Amino acid sequence: MSAAEQVAAAEHLVAVEGLHTYYGKSHILDGVSLNVGRGEVVALIGRNGVGKSTTLKSIMGLVPATAGTVVLDGTPITNLPPHKIARLGIGYVPEDRRIFRALTVMENLRTGLDRHGVTDERKRALLDKGFTFFPRLAERRSQAGGTLSGGEQQMLAIARAMMLEPKIILLDEPTEGLMPRMVSQISQIIEVLHKEGVAILLVEQNVPLTLASSQRVYFMEKGAIRHHCMASDLDVHHPLIKQYLGV
Amino acid sequence: MHTLAAFFASIPFDQILIQTVNGIVTGMILALVASGLTLIFGIMDVVNFAHGELFMLGAYIGVIVIAATGSFWLALVVSSLTIAILGAALQIVALRPLIGRDPLTTILATFGMSLVLQNFALWQFGPTARRIGEPITANFQLFYLTYPWYRLLIAVLSAAIIGGFWLFLKYGKYGVWIRATTQDRVMAQAMGIPVPLVYTGVFAIGAAMAAASGVLFAPLSGVYHTMGLDWVLRAFIVVVVGGMGNLLGSVAAAIFISLLEAYASLWVSPAQAVIVSFVVLIVTLLVRPTGLFVPTPK
Repeated sequence: MSAAEQVAAAEHLVAVEGLHTYYGKSHILDGVSLNVGRGEVVALIGRNGVGKSTTLKSIMGLVPATAGTVVLDGTPITNLPPHKIARLGIGYVPEDRRIFRALTVMENLRTGLDRHGVTDERKRALLDKGFTFFPRLAERRSQAGGTLSGGEQQMLAIARAMMLEPKIILLDEPTEGLMPRMVSQISQIIEVLHKEGVAILLVEQNVPLTLASSQRVYFMEKGAIRHHCMASDLDVHHPLIKQYLGV
Repeated sequence: MHTLAAFFASIPFDQILIQTVNGIVTGMILALVASGLTLIFGIMDVVNFAHGELFMLGAYIGVIVIAATGSFWLALVVSSLTIAILGAALQIVALRPLIGRDPLTTILATFGMSLVLQNFALWQFGPTARRIGEPITANFQLFYLTYPWYRLLIAVLSAAIIGGFWLFLKYGKYGVWIRATTQDRVMAQAMGIPVPLVYTGVFAIGAAMAAASGVLFAPLSGVYHTMGLDWVLRAFIVVVVGGMGNLLGSVAAAIFISLLEAYASLWVSPAQAVIVSFVVLIVTLLVRPTGLFVPTPK
């Protein structure tokens, strides 16, 4: 058993088994199986269009899976309505960020805060934490989300997901289109979340960042996982990286 | 100079002022009807052809409650609540199963509801119009006209209902849910917002607004089973001119169109004045299909 398999065989926070997904008649996911441990950062890499984003969307219930199972913390969540999945503890930060553009920064955060059973103190604590992570957002709390820069929108998308107090965040291409300075900030954020014990399933094209941030890496091709190893066994020039990303 | 003076003297300022008041009164009622319609469209892309029937049933429930209790204000509240429940039930039974299907199916569904509700009213209440007395019978003198206070009250109450709803959208917990869902329903779900429930709630609120306007307007028009048709047609024009899904745009468009119609009827018969709203609709569709009262899309 390889090191990665040993880790994967340990206790899972999220376990995806044989997931199949179709868009119309095109078969996008062809039996994806992967898992993420508690507090673990796991990366999913592969070329464009191999189904990485669709995997995240299927876990989130946004794209219905025709076969396969998703289990979160022992609870089967396959094809539950997305809002239930979100409340069970999965935060989703989509590729295009999908900020509510006409809502203020504060209102964007409130969409994740106004849940049943969250006390006012808890809400305040969560907001404080978000604003400590992202002081820029505190400055712009009454500004409309659509007026923020790309980097600020990315921060808001992550902060918004944090308001759900998720056990895991599905992070789709967080550095896409950002300035280099912002990219290093994103990798710091991933590190902080990791230290807080939040698991992350990361889809990212930036190989150095991916390898530095994650513990394990899944390689995806044509809608399925082809390879799986520890991030520490890889470097930017590793043949697997060349094979699956073509760089 | 002489001709200029004659021109100014020929403008019927008193009539214009009266028509301004009339235009604002009908405009506010129309705004209340259109608000529900635009809200339902904005959030779930459903063109609710049954909206006029909810307006009409609201008025009938008003008739029943007034007959039983004698209180107009109680009738207003009971009717709004009853129609809100009916709206929620209709949404759950007929529209929720259609979520994610072709929008045409929802048009057929609401059109079907409209026919059923209209004929239900005809069957239950018969073809004769019922009357509701005005809750306030006092008048005031507006130039040569004795103008009922109740008409001004309608405008104020409609404005208050729309204003209250706007505040709820802006500051209420569920208001933020509604706005978030309107903008991006997928992301709203991913943030844990129960979108199907928000849909039902919005349909209920829209229905309640239709019912409230039905009761408020009933003393002026009488209550009959096709009373909704006329209003819903004009409300659709308002919703398009104001920008589909844009609440404040609808309010502005409702007042704008009602004022234009009121002024037009100074020179032509009120029946012909309706043409004005169609002209505005056609011009809007030609010049700014996204609506007259929305910022230019970037």
